[in-house]
Amino acid sequence: MASTVDVSGNTVLTTPPNQQSDDAHGYYTLGEKIADTKAPAGPIKDRWTTHKMNNRLVNPANRRKLDVIIVGTGLAGGAAAATLGEAGYNVKSFCYQDSPRRAHSIAAQGGINAAKNYKEDGDSTYRLFYDTVKGGDYRSRESNVYRLAEVSANIIDQCVAQGVPFAREYGGLLDNRSFGGVQVSRTFYARGQTGQQLLIGAYQAMERQVAAGTVTQYTRHEMLELIIVDGKARGIIARDMVTGAIETHLADVVVLASGGYGNVFFLSTNAMGSNVTAAWRAHRKGAYMANPCYTQIHPTCIPVSGDHQSKLTLMSESLRNDGRIWVPKKAEDCTKDPRDIPEEDRDYYLERIYPSFGNLVPRDIASRQAKNVCDEGRGVGPMVGDFRRGVYLDFADAIKRLGEDAVREKYDNLFDMYERITGENPYEVPMRIYPAVHYVMGGLWVDYDLQSNIDGLFVTGEANFSDHGANRLGASALMQGLADGYFVLPNTIREYLADGPFDAIDESHPEVVAARTEVEDRIQKFLSINGTRTVDSYHKELGNIMWEYCGMERTEDGLRKAIDMIRELKADFWSNVKVLGTADSLNQSLEKAGRVADFLELGELMCIDALNRRESCGGHFRAESQTEDGEALRHDDEFAYVAAWEFGGEGGQPVLHKEDLVYTAIEMKQRSYK
Amino acid sequence: MRLTLKIWRQENASAQGALQTYDLDGISADMSFLEMLDVLNEKLQGEGQEPVAFDHDCREGICGTCSLMINGEAHGPEVTTTCQLHMRSFNDGDTITIEPWRADAFPVVRDLIVDRSAFDRIIQSGGFISANTGSAPEANSVPAPRDKAMRAFNVATCIGCGACVAACPNGSASLFMGAKITHLGELPQGQPERYSRVVDMVAQHDHEGFGGCTNIGECASACPKEIPLDVISQLNKDLRDAMRMGL
Repeated sequence: MASTVDVSGNTVLTTPPNQQSDDAHGYYTLGEKIADTKAPAGPIKDRWTTHKMNNRLVNPANRRKLDVIIVGTGLAGGAAAATLGEAGYNVKSFCYQDSPRRAHSIAAQGGINAAKNYKEDGDSTYRLFYDTVKGGDYRSRESNVYRLAEVSANIIDQCVAQGVPFAREYGGLLDNRSFGGVQVSRTFYARGQTGQQLLIGAYQAMERQVAAGTVTQYTRHEMLELIIVDGKARGIIARDMVTGAIETHLADVVVLASGGYGNVFFLSTNAMGSNVTAAWRAHRKGAYMANPCYTQIHPTCIPVSGDHQSKLTLMSESLRNDGRIWVPKKAEDCTKDPRDIPEEDRDYYLERIYPSFGNLVPRDIASRQAKNVCDEGRGVGPMVGDFRRGVYLDFADAIKRLGEDAVREKYDNLFDMYERITGENPYEVPMRIYPAVHYVMGGLWVDYDLQSNIDGLFVTGEANFSDHGANRLGASALMQGLADGYFVLPNTIREYLADGPFDAIDESHPEVVAARTEVEDRIQKFLSINGTRTVDSYHKELGNIMWEYCGMERTEDGLRKAIDMIRELKADFWSNVKVLGTADSLNQSLEKAGRVADFLELGELMCIDALNRRESCGGHFRAESQTEDGEALRHDDEFAYVAAWEFGGEGGQPVLHKEDLVYTAIEMKQRSYK
Repeated sequence: MRLTLKIWRQENASAQGALQTYDLDGISADMSFLEMLDVLNEKLQGEGQEPVAFDHDCREGICGTCSLMINGEAHGPEVTTTCQLHMRSFNDGDTITIEPWRADAFPVVRDLIVDRSAFDRIIQSGGFISANTGSAPEANSVPAPRDKAMRAFNVATCIGCGACVAACPNGSASLFMGAKITHLGELPQGQPERYSRVVDMVAQHDHEGFGGCTNIGECASACPKEIPLDVISQLNKDLRDAMRMGL
């Protein structure tokens, strides 16, 4: 295909090297290359120590004069609020939930990785770093990942000191378990509720600072706009979701810890309220969105049961430690009681294809293989559309080997949850599972300091893009959220705040007034369209498009089609959506309308990013780029870069900025788990 | 299945509320209770009526956002959260009454949504271990007996939903408070603040307008996480010890 890419900026070749064709031609313009100018050089093991040392300090007496806004109270936001509060900064913390304790980190089940090597099984900081870069399919930044591995051990220390009740051995010392994609036991856990326990630890630390007066919490508040003055992020416009009041909050620095955007798919394991609005509003104000197409489809979720479904429920990946995944060898067995299918007629396909990792292959591989066997007609459970979308996760062997009590102790709450949702008892009948959207590796672009390309706008946790590459390993999201919140951000934000406090601004500043007016106009627009379709109906339709064309397998034709469909849907939304009620009251339809409007724009960008990336890597599988035996095929010569997208203006094309990924401490290889 | 729903509608905190009746058809047994309300809300909006406001978020029983008194029971007839309650627990033709949590300390915000911020303030008064980031010793330097750690975990699974308060005839949050006091009190890290914690939390609890515990036990039977009643005994024991210390 000929390629005359529109050019913005003067450093770009009209025909990029090594690029024979360009699927995304006509959908974007190519901008200047970017680089992480903060990334330190030198031996990888010294980089963080050196960088921390070089970052300037803020005198304790000055800290209380510095206002920090943090949006989101999950692990990344809650931990940052607590830590910055303890340090003496003046923190304002925002969440849409009625309490910071309810942020969706709470739903993480399996565990948190740390390179403690308590099992003496050969773990180390370097091995955790290596596993994470490899698991991310060589699309993450090595300096960031090494730092993550480096601070992982401190996280466990901190959480234990806060009273997080991790699982322990009989001697009273901490227990570990293994997780997908690795061959050591480095995962700390609290039964199947690790996220809950870690979040409550961070929440309690944060509430302690509320009592101390260093943190002010604004619950049931939603950030609807970013305020930028003289090129610096200086505050947010938020809506009080109870009274509808539009509030202006000004500060010296803004931190977005607002989580991921998996709900663009409508059905996902995210909470119903999880949304992209805070990040997307920042993107529209100039913050780059990096690798938006990198989505994690989690292999072990409870299958969809019908059209009414509002969300999908994850079954922790830790279940793959003891459960064996299989489908019948013969399609005609798929409707039989699984207990009646003899051993020789079962296909334990992960153990067969990947003998060395077996059921513990990384998530992207486990998900795609589940899709493959179901596409072959060997899925189990009810028909959804033309297929049975489910595979068995069988605990019969584990129950035989360990006894039912031991299995119960490990997984009780998960088994209960499964039974409650499906009405089936997994101690007796194998569970049925199917992949579901779970996490996004993409997010706002940040440098080594976790600062976006907008001065004074920092982004942490799932909301940023930096640590997981194209695929995140299990038990690493909790690690990254807490690493960012407790140990990274507090050490990088001080370099920026050392120049503060910045010039005082007030609410009458033209930029502040403009941001506020934008929010008010948008709300009035939603309420005045008065069309015929509900917000949810648009959200569902968008979700179907995304799942079909930008889900587990993506193709050029499918993505092009999806982009057209999303554009049409967006146009229809803005002329035909119906939002009842008023602006000055609690109005859940109005809240959703704003979120879905942003998801529609994000969905389009995700498809453009997926179209541009003509390789398969991690969670991004392009059907055109696979090996003979159907494994993902990367193209490091063309795509070893971060795709950072700049907003192209209303109706304009996004601008692609490439950041080359350079590895000095690790060699890029095609992943193999065989 | 076909249902008759009687739902509490209230415009805002200061407005007068009332139960309103809605007929709903086409509900399947596999739907969750909240998905049934989703269907109702889509229908209401189609008819130009404002949807019923209710709190919900994770829909997997862990965030503690959902609430609802269902036929007079907190979270309905099963031992679980409302979001994990499925319509297979009801029958075709049932009439279901849906109300918000009822407690002085949880004022209604709108329809089925209440204000539970009093729980945050109880935690602020002492429901934590003071351990600044960076100051922690090596995690395995302080072993914690396994049985105590397990008890700590079991009660730390409290999701802060408020069902215990809604179920209590006296509107007491003793189960919520007892769970936190037991969680932190069972761990070696929680000992230094153990007694000041209980005194401060109880004072805040009373200040918020929650009632005292009268040992009825409705709280524990309503708790979706099965927090046992004996955490209240632990609370009282720690409080008595604290009083003896003169705290």
